[in-house]
Amino acid sequence: MAKTHYESVVVLTPVLSEKMLQDAVSSFEKLITENGGELIHKENWGLTKMAYPIQKKTTGFYQIFEFAAEADAQIVDKLELAYRRDEQVLRYLCIKLDKHAIKYNERRRNGEFKKAKLVDNTSAAPVAEAKLATITSEEEE
Amino acid sequence: MAKRQKYTRVPVIRPKKYCRFKKSGIKYIDYKNPDFLMAFINEQGKLLPRRITGTSLKYQRKVAVAVKRCRHIALLPYVADQMK
Repeated sequence: MAKTHYESVVVLTPVLSEKMLQDAVSSFEKLITENGGELIHKENWGLTKMAYPIQKKTTGFYQIFEFAAEADAQIVDKLELAYRRDEQVLRYLCIKLDKHAIKYNERRRNGEFKKAKLVDNTSAAPVAEAKLATITSEEEE
Repeated sequence: MAKRQKYTRVPVIRPKKYCRFKKSGIKYIDYKNPDFLMAFINEQGKLLPRRITGTSLKYQRKVAVAVKRCRHIALLPYVADQMK
């Protein structure tokens, strides 16, 4: 049976020291690999500003895991339980990736996407501005 | 009673809207990219309707899911006063 790909984003408290952060991340990694998961990619965004405060904290350490596992391995359940038990975790999100998402993540990892994204943004920006203009003009009417 | 003036509608010519995902072949909308998702929400952080962004129904559903995920991991606000 083909393995299912999952992606997990976890936001950790900003009060952690470097070592505590490493420990927390490696413990989650261990949990994934020990339960038959295959860690494909991990990404650390470092201290990132959040859009709204959670538990009176305005920043958080963002950590992203992408892993493949058998669908019936209940790995996600175990991971989420670990997140919920851990007080350092402010937020978590585990999702199943579809085939387009897997392709997208591969391209993102290879770095070719960053360039494409930039091009995309520049082409999308005037459209968005134009749309904003139409919205405001419609409101004026 | 005075005769009511006949109302003639002046058509406003706007460029035709299109679905940007269909046009540029984007199959997956990344919820970790709030800058891109900003194009689909208004200043209060609410989702814009399809009739304004021109997104097709298939991709509007995906946009909605992506924005909701993005809000959950605190990269986009649930409510805001002035975002743009």
